[in-house]
Amino acid sequence: MALFSDIMFWVFAATAVLPALLVLFSREIVHMACWLLLSLAGFAGLYLQMGAAFLGFTQVVVYIGGILILLLFGIMLTQKLDVPLRERQSWAFVFPGVLTGLLVIAGLTHLAWNAPWQTTAPAPGEFVADQIGVGFMSTFILAFEAVSVLLLVAMVGASYLVRRDVPQETGGDSSQPGEGVS
Amino acid sequence: MTAALPEFVSSFFDGLVPFLAQSEVASEASAIGLQHYLVVSALSFGIGIMVVITRRNAIAVLMGIELMLNSAGLNFVAFSKFTSAPAVEGQIVTLFIIVIAAAEAAVALAIALNLFHNLNSVEVTDAHALKG
Repeated sequence: MALFSDIMFWVFAATAVLPALLVLFSREIVHMACWLLLSLAGFAGLYLQMGAAFLGFTQVVVYIGGILILLLFGIMLTQKLDVPLRERQSWAFVFPGVLTGLLVIAGLTHLAWNAPWQTTAPAPGEFVADQIGVGFMSTFILAFEAVSVLLLVAMVGASYLVRRDVPQETGGDSSQPGEGVS
Repeated sequence: MTAALPEFVSSFFDGLVPFLAQSEVASEASAIGLQHYLVVSALSFGIGIMVVITRRNAIAVLMGIELMLNSAGLNFVAFSKFTSAPAVEGQIVTLFIIVIAAAEAAVALAIALNLFHNLNSVEVTDAHALKG
């Protein structure tokens, strides 16, 4: 009889992989985003399965709540209104893409399944958010600060990239405040 | 807390505790090992590569990149759980991956918006101004 946690592993693994396949096969971009949501939820379930509760909920908050909404905003802002949301297919890249993907899957699966991993008994699933915080502030402090600066630079750079071009105010042309400001 | 509960409820929980403890002990002999997580990660990584190569829409390409980053994070957590004693370091690296994925998504969407403003299209094959 299979253990309950083993059954949940297969459920979460299917939730992670099958919607990823549907991301690959669906032609409409919004449907792709919806299937990606389910796949990311499956990854969050796998994190919870491994006892990484903090990471699982961070996955839900940041990926599903943040990045996916950002992707949906991007889809909404970059589609022309008069054409449907379908994607034009380019058959020139399908064969090399599928070949590369299948080769990568075959190689990685062979390596993962047959390599002599020195596994130990899995650590008990305790709540380790405090240890994560201590790790951020002690061992990984340099990486933590670097990532903070990277995030700041990325946010400033993104808002700089998407700005509208402000017309150059010359002389008394600035009689209408607010015009040209996005 | 148990004292505040009625008698039948507390006896129910007292009966539940050995069951949960037994299932916790039995999960030491779980059939799911490191390899299973690595295979799930390899599958989604390959699917992400296929999405990146076969799609033309820049945002669809970005979704494939998100899949690949996720599978890398799953690998980190699985290795940290099954091979090393302190189980948090893989989780910390995966948190870094999530932060960098957020930054990358923001910048890439800004680039896609600029592409749309300039070329009226977000398809990566249309951005060929520098093509020789």
